[in-house]
Formats: sequence, structure tokens, C-alpha cells
Amino acid sequence: MELDPLILSRIQFAFVVSFHAIFPVFTIGLASYIAVLEGLAFKTGNPVWLKLSAFWTKVFAVVFGMGVVSGIVMSFQFGTNWSNFAQASANFLGPMLSYEVVTAFFLEAAFLGVLLFGRDKVPPGVHLLAAIMVAVGTFISSFWILSANSWLHTPAGVELRDGAFFITSWREAIFNPSFPYRFMHMGLASFLTGGFVVAGVSAWYLLRGREVEANKKALSMCLWLLLIIAPTQAVVGDFHGLNTLEHQPAKVAAMEGNWETSRNVPLLLFAIPDQANQTNHFEIGIPGLASLILTHEWDGEVPGLNEVAVEEQPPVALVFWSFRVMVGLGLLMIAFSAAGLILRKGGRYWRSPWFLQGLRFMSITPFIAVLAGWIVTESGRSPWLVYGMMTHAEGLTPSLTGGMALFSLIGYIVVYGLVFSAGVYYLMRVLYVGLEDTHDDDEHEVERPKRPLSATHVPFEIQHADDDMVGTAKPVNQGGH
Amino acid sequence: MELFDLPLIWAFIIGFGIIMYVLMDGFDLGVGILFPFAPSEEDRDTMMNTVAPVWDGNETWLVLSGAGLLAAFPLVYSIFLPALYIGVFLLLAGLIFRGVAFEFRFKANTSRYLWNWAFAGGSTVAAFAQGAVVGAYIQGMETANRVYVGGPLDWLTPFTVLTGFGMLAGYSLLGTTWLIMKTEGRLQDWAYKLALPLLAAVLVVFSIISVWTPFVDDMVRERWFSNLTVIWILPALTLLCAFQIYRSVRNRFEGMPFVATMGLFIFTYFGLVVSRWPYVVPPDYTLWDAASAYESQLFLLLGLLFVIPIVLAYTAWTYWVFRGKVRAGEGYH
Ligand code: HDD
Ligand code: HEM
Ligand code: HEM
Repeated sequence: MELDPLILSRIQFAFVVSFHAIFPVFTIGLASYIAVLEGLAFKTGNPVWLKLSAFWTKVFAVVFGMGVVSGIVMSFQFGTNWSNFAQASANFLGPMLSYEVVTAFFLEAAFLGVLLFGRDKVPPGVHLLAAIMVAVGTFISSFWILSANSWLHTPAGVELRDGAFFITSWREAIFNPSFPYRFMHMGLASFLTGGFVVAGVSAWYLLRGREVEANKKALSMCLWLLLIIAPTQAVVGDFHGLNTLEHQPAKVAAMEGNWETSRNVPLLLFAIPDQANQTNHFEIGIPGLASLILTHEWDGEVPGLNEVAVEEQPPVALVFWSFRVMVGLGLLMIAFSAAGLILRKGGRYWRSPWFLQGLRFMSITPFIAVLAGWIVTESGRSPWLVYGMMTHAEGLTPSLTGGMALFSLIGYIVVYGLVFSAGVYYLMRVLYVGLEDTHDDDEHEVERPKRPLSATHVPFEIQHADDDMVGTAKPVNQGGH
Repeated sequence: MELFDLPLIWAFIIGFGIIMYVLMDGFDLGVGILFPFAPSEEDRDTMMNTVAPVWDGNETWLVLSGAGLLAAFPLVYSIFLPALYIGVFLLLAGLIFRGVAFEFRFKANTSRYLWNWAFAGGSTVAAFAQGAVVGAYIQGMETANRVYVGGPLDWLTPFTVLTGFGMLAGYSLLGTTWLIMKTEGRLQDWAYKLALPLLAAVLVVFSIISVWTPFVDDMVRERWFSNLTVIWILPALTLLCAFQIYRSVRNRFEGMPFVATMGLFIFTYFGLVVSRWPYVVPPDYTLWDAASAYESQLFLLLGLLFVIPIVLAYTAWTYWVFRGKVRAGEGYH
């Protein structure tokens, strides 16, 4: 069997970028949360905020470190596997990616050290400033990278000459039509991730009766935040979809599983798309609802997949189902934040075991939703790499053989598998040790401006009797998240 | 209207980024290569502590150079990376392993030996891959219509294996002289003992490379031998640096060996640059052929001119904060 370098490269890109995305999406949300905690501590002087902030800063350090390591790989992917694409789009993508790296670097250089290691060395105001700047920095970073990505979906401000894109307007290229929606949607997704992870971890501590006072406060705060953000995300997502309908109708047709352009299109709750026969099996839908959502009229006309040639259709089943996973989880998130509001009566939100257990489970859902969302977006774009202008096949590295692509794909899976399971395992240890870890070996800690992970003092292996664990916790982690 | 020769400015910026990377990550990779041979586990702790606060700042120069290449010389980026596909993968894998080893080794107790191997192995693989990249650059690559058309293993020749070993030796020397400067007692003695054999190894490999290089390509031979030019001053300076290393190690100076080794690298680097200048993708494309659009180069330059001074200042400050000897058991941990 002939190995296809195109498919393998796409799998490889999807794998490494998905892996990378998991970390930034969490750090962006967490950075803002830490800034808020620092702000509260600064304003009220209540030590609970400081305690929470110190703990989450440790988690932040580990996750941020993993984001950096996996990000370095990303910056070489375009050259190794997509060299034609890299060359053609370098006039735009080059500056964008460089600015992302430069921003990340700048932020790391100037403020991260102060945030991670400077708590006792700089005045509280400066520490707060550093926390805010780190949060702002993560947003600037995602600004550049999402602009680059959005441009692939809705290219603007460029002209194609001799096989390369040349900028005609920086403003149009950077603020291309889908960018505002993607930036908002991704920003909210980051907040949801931060919010649900913090809520889930606090819930787990509460279930075990650890540090009740602090965790109650943290949980309450998160629930207020989620109550606003979860529904907002649905609204923003709706606008995002309308924008996509305008620029990439085939993608929306795939999301809806709509094969024929028609009126009064149902919103499918379930279906098994069959690309070979260009139809669905076992459809269950709500009549007219898709038309209503997309055109705001019950019998509005919705474009179908028949508008594009069969070979130019995206992988319908993948897009269709990923979209349902994302939206389904989004609705579940709204349900949980609403339940949080209802349970406030009588303070049940921090005592009801089923609610807390549910929150524990919810802490992984944002990651799944984010990846599902990216799969919708990116697979829905195929066969285009730069929408309407360059296909995946045209962008591929010409010299790449299937064997090489397979080699590196397996290689990345093995390397990431090893390294990141160590990282995630270590993160679990940090969470397990929890807020009570007050043992301070910071005295001989020289000012050390970098090295994210070192901001934690949790040993790598599970400790024995001399543990710094407090409370009733048993030394074996029972799952957790 | 193009006011400045931007490709030239960018060539300087990226050239600067690369040599910064080589010098700075060079010594910490070197420490990693020497790691398994250290006299004791305690010395390994100290060794790691000498580079722990600075290594990831050092590595950022690589990312900066890589992204800068895409922005300013996309042709280089899109020919080198496919041509060196496997080498790039090994380099990245090596850097990942050693990067996390830094973080986890100090946290680990029973699994520590695993992280030792990750650190040493990662450093060695990454250094070797970088050496092979240099060799592949001198060798030149097969291109047609601005794309790489060679095979996946074209880069792997006896010559690149040699440059790979050259880089291993060179980085080890940088690492050793760094340790001479940053440590004392038994570890320093050990480093002193290693320095001269390593210097000898470097000189042997570098001379073979120098003799070999002109035969790899006509243009290089032309440049060095057609008429005796000022560029011969570069090998002369390189040798002077080598002598300086020898002398200062014999006299047990502490800082000089490291400085002289950096000189050795810098002049070798210049020698390499002049051999091929202005070709950035030998043998076919010059830096002007490889440049991206004028307005793209300008757009990024504006931001970079603002950030690079800050980065440099910050780097200097970091090294200042961590100046002085690192003693056993009093790391930054
Ligand atoms: C929405 C956010 C987002 C997305 C979609 C991506 N990244 Fe990212 N990336 C970040 C947000 C981010 C960040 C939050 O800014 C990071 C995490 C750690 C850091 O230093 O910055 C980062 C780190 C980071 C680094 C390391 C910088 C350093 O040395 O500190 C590189 C090279 C990249 N990214 C490159 C990429 C590429 C090429 C991507 C896609 C193809 C990509 N990232 C997707
Ligand atoms: C960070 C979150 C991201 C995730 C999870 C993600 C996910 C994916 C997935 C799953 C694919 C494969 C689609 C397919 O082949 O059918 C893909 C393709 C692609 N993405 Fe993204 N993406 C992300 C961000 C980005 C960004 C920020 C960029 C650009 C700057 C980008 C550029 C590309 C390109 C060029 C491809 C085409 C290569 C390919 O088809 O595999 N992606 N991405
Ligand atoms: C609840 C209702 C939601 C709706 C209606 C919605 C809608 C959409 C649409 C239409 C897209 C594709 C846009 C395109 O490809 O052009 C998308 C992408 C995406 N969604 Fe959602 N979404 C929802 C919830 C969520 C949630 C809860 C998350 C994560 C926590 C999420 C994360 C993402 C991400 C990361 C992408 C890819 C990046 C992007 O294109 O913005 N979405 N969403």
C-alpha cells in the first residue's frame, strides 16, 4: 500500500496543534483568573485570595511550560510538511507568527518571572501589574495566531501573484472577516476552560472537605462567571456561524448535514451522514429550525452541499458530529451554570454532592469542546488550505514521502506521549497536594526569572509518610481530573 | 520605493540570532552532553544548576530565528526544513526531552536517573542534529523552481556526520569552559582536565572540515584560494583563540577559556558565512532571491527593533543576577 504524505501530514498537523492548543486555551483563562485573584487580594487584603492565587499560579506554571515546549514544534511544522504553503503565504503568515513568538517571548521575559517568583520580592502593586500583564500578553499572543488562522478561512487584503500572496492592505488582512468572531469565540472558550477547571477542582476539594473556606469562595466566583460566559458563548457562536454561512457556505452545510439547497430546513439532532450516497440515514430533526437559526425565517433558504462538487466537499460526518459535540457540551455548560444559580438558595451549591461530582466531570468538557470546535473549523475548510485560493495538496511539501511523514508522525506521538503524560501526571500531583502546600523552601530561592515549572515545589513521585499533606486526604489519588 | 536594503538588514538580524543561539544554547547543550561523564551525582546537580536559570532564555533565540526566517527569508525556511526533515524532528525531540528533564529532574527522586538520560540524550541528539544542519548548508541542496527536490536522506553524508561530531565536540568544549568558570573544587578540576583533550578533538574535526569544505563545492574553493584575501584573517583568529584556550587552561585562568571558546565559535561562524555569502540556499539562491516582500519585512522589522533591545537587556540582567560560582547543594532549588 502506498503511504499518502498528504493525509499523514494532515494527521500530524492536527495532532501537534491539538496538543499545543490544549495548553494555551487553559493558560489564557487561568492567567486572567489569577489577575482577578491578585486584584481582589490587593484590594481587600483578604489572605484567602492570596492563597488561591498562589496555588493556581503553580498550576499555571506547569501548564504554561508545556505550552511553550509544544509551541516550539508548531513553529517548524509549516516548513517541514507544508513548505509550498509556507513559501506562498510567508508575506502574511511570517510576520503574524513572528509577532506571536515575539509577544510570548516579551511577556515571558518581562513579567512572567515577576509573577512566578517575585511575590515576596516586589511590592504587591508590582506583582499585581505583572499578573495583569501576563494575562494581557496571552491575549495579544492569541490575537496574532488567530488572525493568522482566520485569514486562512477568509483571506483578505492580499493578492495572488506568481504563486505567492502579497499584502495589499495590512488592516484588511489582519482584521479579516472571520477574525472578530473567532477571537471572541476562542477568548470565551478560554474563559470557560479556566472557569470549569477551577470550579471542578474546587468542587473536588470541597467533596473531600479540604480548605473549605477558600474553595467555597473560588467556586462561587467561578459560578458567577460561568453564568455570564456560557450563554454568551452560545450567542457569539451563533454569530460566528452566520459569518461562516456568508464566507464558507459548504462548511455550514456540512455542520447542518444539509445535502440539498432548500427552504424550511430542519435542525438535525441525530443523523448518520453518508457521503458516498450524498444523503443522511436515521435523521431526527426539528422542522424548520435550521432555517430559522441561519436566516431568521422559518422557510429561509439554506445552501446545501450540492452547491459544491463532490470532491470539494469537506468530510461531512466529521464536521457534523464534531459540531454536535461542541454545541452539546456548550448547552451542558449553560445547564450547569444555571443549576449553580438555583442551588445558591440555601448555599447548596457547595454542599450538594451530586452537583460537585458533576462539576468534577465538567472540568474536562471545555477541552473536548475546544478540540471539537477546531475540528469543525479546520476540517470544514478542506479541501482548501487558504479558502478558495490554495488547496491542501498544493500546499504540501513536494519532496515529502509517505515514509518520512509516517516516521515523524509516529515520532511525535511517542515523544508527546512520554513527555506529556509525565507533565499531566505531575499536574495531578500538584492538584492533589492542593492549597495546603505551604512548606516554603523559597528562602534560598534566588530570584529566578524564568523556568515556569520551578514555581512549584511539589515532588514528582507520590510521597510517603512525611508528606506535606494536611487533612483527611488519603495518599492515593482516586482519579481526580 | 525601497529606501533600505531590507534583506541585508534582515540577514544581519537573523545571523545575529543564530550566533546568539549557538553561543548560548551551545554551552548548556554542552553541559548536557558531558552530563553522563560527571564524577558524581552531586556534581550533576551542580552542573545542572549552572545552566538551569538561563537555558530556556537561550533557546528562545532558536524560535526567534526560526520564525524570523519564515517572515524574512521564506525560501530558506521552505527549503531547509523539508531538506532536513528528519534532522529537524530529531532536533525538536531532543530539545523537548532535555527541556522537561530540567524541570522534572529536580522534582524527582526515584525516577531521577530517567531524567538524567533524557537530559543527556536530548542534548546530544540536538547538538548532533545542529552540526549536521551546518554541514548540510555547506553541502548545498538540490532545488528546482524554488523547491527542494532531493531525497529525505540526502543530507546524511560522511561530511555532515563529521560536522555533527564537530558540533558535539565544540559544544562540549563550550560546556567545559563554562563549568570552569562557574564551578570550583572537584568539578572544576574535572572540567580543567577535560578541556584540552576536547580542544584537541575540536581542532582535529575543524581542520578536517576546513580541508574538506573547499572540495565540497567549487564556489567555496574559489573564494578561499583564487586570490589570497583578507578573509584568511578569520582562520588566523580562530587559531589564536584556540591557542588562548590552551594557554588559559594551562594557567588555570577561570574566565578566559570560556571567552576564548566563544571567540573560536564566532570566527568559525564568520568563516562559514564568508564561504557562502551571499548565498543563503547554496548553490542557487542569494539572500535577495530568498527574501519575502519588502512591506512584510518592514512590517516585522518595526516590532522587532522595539523588542530585541529589551530582550538583550533582560538577558544581560539574568546573567548578572546569576553571576558567580555555583556551589554544590546550593542550587536555585
Ligand atoms: C488561542 C491561542 C493560541 C493558538 C491557537 C496557538 N497558540 Fe501558540 N501559544 C499561545 C497561544 C496560541 C500562547 C498562550 O501565547 C503561548 C502558550 C505559552 C506561551 O508562551 O505562549 C503559545 C506558545 C507558542 C510558542 C512558544 C513561544 C515561546 O517560546 O514562548 C510558539 C512558537 C507558538 N505558540 C506557535 C504557535 C503556532 C505555530 C500555532 C498554530 C498553528 C499556535 N501557536 C496556536
Ligand atoms: C490551536 C488550535 C487549533 C487546532 C486544535 C487546530 C486543529 C486542526 C485540525 C484538526 C486540522 C486538520 C483538518 C483536516 O486536515 O481535515 C487543522 C488543519 C490546519 N490548521 Fe489548524 N488548528 C488550530 C489552530 C490553527 C492555527 C492557529 C493555524 C494557523 C496559523 C492553523 C493552521 C492550520 C493549517 C495550515 C491546517 C492545514 C493542514 C491540515 O489540513 O492539516 N491551525 N487544524
Ligand atoms: C453553545 C453553542 C455554540 C455554538 C452555536 C458554536 C458555534 C461555533 C461555530 C459555528 C464554529 C465554526 C466557525 C467556523 O468554522 O467558521 C465554532 C468553532 C469553535 N468553537 Fe464553538 N460554538 C458553541 C459552543 C462552544 C463551546 C462551549 C466551546 C468551548 C469551550 C467552543 C469552542 C469552539 C472553538 C475552539 C472553535 C474553533 C475556533 C473558531 O473557529 O472560533 N464552542 N463554534
